[in-house]
Amino acid sequence: MPAPIRLRELIRTIRTARTQAEEREMIQKECAAIRSSFREEDNTYRCRNVAKLLYMHMLGYPAHFGQLECLKLIASQKFTDKRIGYLGAMLLLDERQDVHLLMTNCIKNDLNHSTQYVQGLALCTLGCMGSSEMCRDLAGEVEKLLKTSNSYLRKKAALCAVHVIRKVPELMEMFLPATKNLLSEKNHGVLHTSVVLLTEMCERSPDMLAHFRKLVPQLVRILKNLIMSGYSPEHDVSGISDPFLQVRILRLLRILGKSDDDSSEAMNDILAQVATNTETSKNVGNAILYETVLTIMDIKSESGLRVLAINILGRFLLNNDKNIRYVALTSLLKTVQTDHNAVQRHRSTIVDCLKDLDVSIKRRAMELSFALVNGNNIRGMMKELLYFLDSCDPEFKADCASGVFLAAEKYAPSKRWHIDTIMRVLTTAGSYVRDDSVPNLIQLITNSVEMHAYTVQRLYKALLDDISQQPLVQVASWCIGEYGDLLVSGQCEEEEPIQDEVLDVLEGLLVSNLSTPVTRGYALTAIMKLSTRFSSVNRIKKVVSIYGSSIDVELQQRAVEYNALFKKYDHMRANPNPNIAVITIHASNSTEADMTDFVFQAAVPKTFQLQLLSPSSNVVPALNQGTVTQVIRVLNPQKQQLRMRIKLTYTLKGSAVQDLAEVNNFPPQSWQ
Amino acid sequence: MFFSFMLLFSRQGKLRLQKWYVPLSDKEKKKITRELVQTVLARKPKMCSFLEWRDLKIVYKRYASLYFCCAIEDQDNELITLEIIHRYVELLDKYFGSVCELDIIFNFEKAYFILDEFLLGGEAQETSKKNVLKAIEQADLLQEVRHLIKITVDK
Repeated sequence: MPAPIRLRELIRTIRTARTQAEEREMIQKECAAIRSSFREEDNTYRCRNVAKLLYMHMLGYPAHFGQLECLKLIASQKFTDKRIGYLGAMLLLDERQDVHLLMTNCIKNDLNHSTQYVQGLALCTLGCMGSSEMCRDLAGEVEKLLKTSNSYLRKKAALCAVHVIRKVPELMEMFLPATKNLLSEKNHGVLHTSVVLLTEMCERSPDMLAHFRKLVPQLVRILKNLIMSGYSPEHDVSGISDPFLQVRILRLLRILGKSDDDSSEAMNDILAQVATNTETSKNVGNAILYETVLTIMDIKSESGLRVLAINILGRFLLNNDKNIRYVALTSLLKTVQTDHNAVQRHRSTIVDCLKDLDVSIKRRAMELSFALVNGNNIRGMMKELLYFLDSCDPEFKADCASGVFLAAEKYAPSKRWHIDTIMRVLTTAGSYVRDDSVPNLIQLITNSVEMHAYTVQRLYKALLDDISQQPLVQVASWCIGEYGDLLVSGQCEEEEPIQDEVLDVLEGLLVSNLSTPVTRGYALTAIMKLSTRFSSVNRIKKVVSIYGSSIDVELQQRAVEYNALFKKYDHMRANPNPNIAVITIHASNSTEADMTDFVFQAAVPKTFQLQLLSPSSNVVPALNQGTVTQVIRVLNPQKQQLRMRIKLTYTLKGSAVQDLAEVNNFPPQSWQ
Repeated sequence: MFFSFMLLFSRQGKLRLQKWYVPLSDKEKKKITRELVQTVLARKPKMCSFLEWRDLKIVYKRYASLYFCCAIEDQDNELITLEIIHRYVELLDKYFGSVCELDIIFNFEKAYFILDEFLLGGEAQETSKKNVLKAIEQADLLQEVRHLIKITVDK
């Protein structure tokens, strides 16, 4: 049998394939050859065949029949075999298959091999893919190697130990003794991996964390040496000495300093030093600064250091490198709650980032902007955020709209501004607004009694322009149904529609393809409600009866029920409930100062029932400059004479005032 | 910085190297690879090197015709990850002498060996370029030796 073709020959051949089918054919042919070679237990070419198999595996073809061959290669005494065997094991095997356990013994032997490169292969494989069982079996070997003086092996053992701890956390204790002198090493590789190991242990166990706090001075010293030392060609990256080690030490310091005053104080100086002296022209310097900032923010640092950190982030925001801007925004988002005022200083730069081309930067800038909105900057910020809402990608619109609603609810400077803002969102991003926004907005509008006319007028106008955005249409329909009388009554400032025009619009919604079933429901209910507010009752009756046979079950049910109202309860139309008296109180204040926290309470005799609607305000302006109105509805089924005890409470010039009175002179029409 | 995985792929989406440091089935690996490659290739040059994908932090950088793409953990430093990727590229460059994609294609096993001397279990094991290259050099020489002689040496 001819010798199997060499790896590079195969690669060359496969790359000449012009179609997927051609490639598949070549692969199948070669796999067949490899399979028979495996069957013949050929030792000479096993390595070559497995290598080829690994190449084909990378192209996406199945290679599981090579798994056992990898194990045989690992057991071989040739270094080339072991190298490929371990590589194959890492690529083709994983802990889900029991066959991987067969490696355990080989790895154990190789961990004790006389050649360090073989030991290295074993440590690497164990540290990459060792299962919990393997880790349990071999932890002792790893621990032994952690104590060797051979730095090549010691560094690998440290990372292997990290993997063992991740897989089997209970084994962490056994590595504790070996950590004793790890930081006294001069070798950077060992130092780096030791810091990683210490970090892992501290993150997993509060006891370990407490135990290793004593290393803070040593870590500070190592970091200081790295910064102060002259040029070391071996570890230099753009003029900085071993940035990888610096970053790892900073991270370990972060963990050790968190919630601990003494440790935080011990590292204060070095952090300030790194923060001020690190070269920022290249990414590597900024990487160290970034880690430093994260550490400063997490430990109990003094305020001067914190301000320094936030300012670094502020400078990052102005950096040309978008990666740097990205990490700055991420970090600022983390600290905006705790260092709110410091972050506020960079608000305008953050808002500028809303215009960035990168999606991730935009998203962070948006989140951060919402976090920075407060009562003082609401108008300016909302302008920017609404502009952002207009032009941003669809994926942002829902979150942005929600954010705007929340901010408006918290900080709206006036009710009118609030309604206007809502209108703006509904008209520009109406289709992206969340479903629960509709009932929330209706609630908000209901409670803004003095804005009802203004709101319904604006919503009506918006409908005339565009009926495609369902949340807008739903809110508008509801408002027209509820406040339609205000729409046509002459209360609006501009040209107002006549009743038939309004009904045209609502009926238009019912028949439009753009309306969802839910929207149609809103429209139909609105039309029905107008039958008590408009005079065109017959037209409404007609519309409602048509929908009594609608295919949409929901609409049909509503129409049928509304129809019933027309038939059976029409006589109640003029006076919906003759037993209910509606009383409006107007409260005015002739004193020199405003009455604040104004609350009106009323009590009635047992046979009556009382309902107090929300007052228009709880501030009664001084010198009769305005009134507070409140509607009271009294149910009086026994038609008894209406009597009421009332109580007024308010604050005037800083003192609380309470007034009690009885009202007995209600006109007879209100209760007969 | 714990790497969950490191992928190298061409601008046509062909995989050139895949190193996984978390246990996943072949099917899962293929799915992640396929979808992530698509996502990264769709990114415009003006975008930054970091993205959130599923619940992972992805860092990627393009060198000539190859994308180097890795996943790190939430608390990891993205900027130093770029330096780690760059260090790996430098190592390949020094080893192959002005490395290009073809070198990685025809010597993929060497690319793995170099990676395995630089990272172990998803973390950097050696911060000196010189030391990594020296180790690879020595190991390559060892391949010439016919049989590994078992000598017990007092360590």
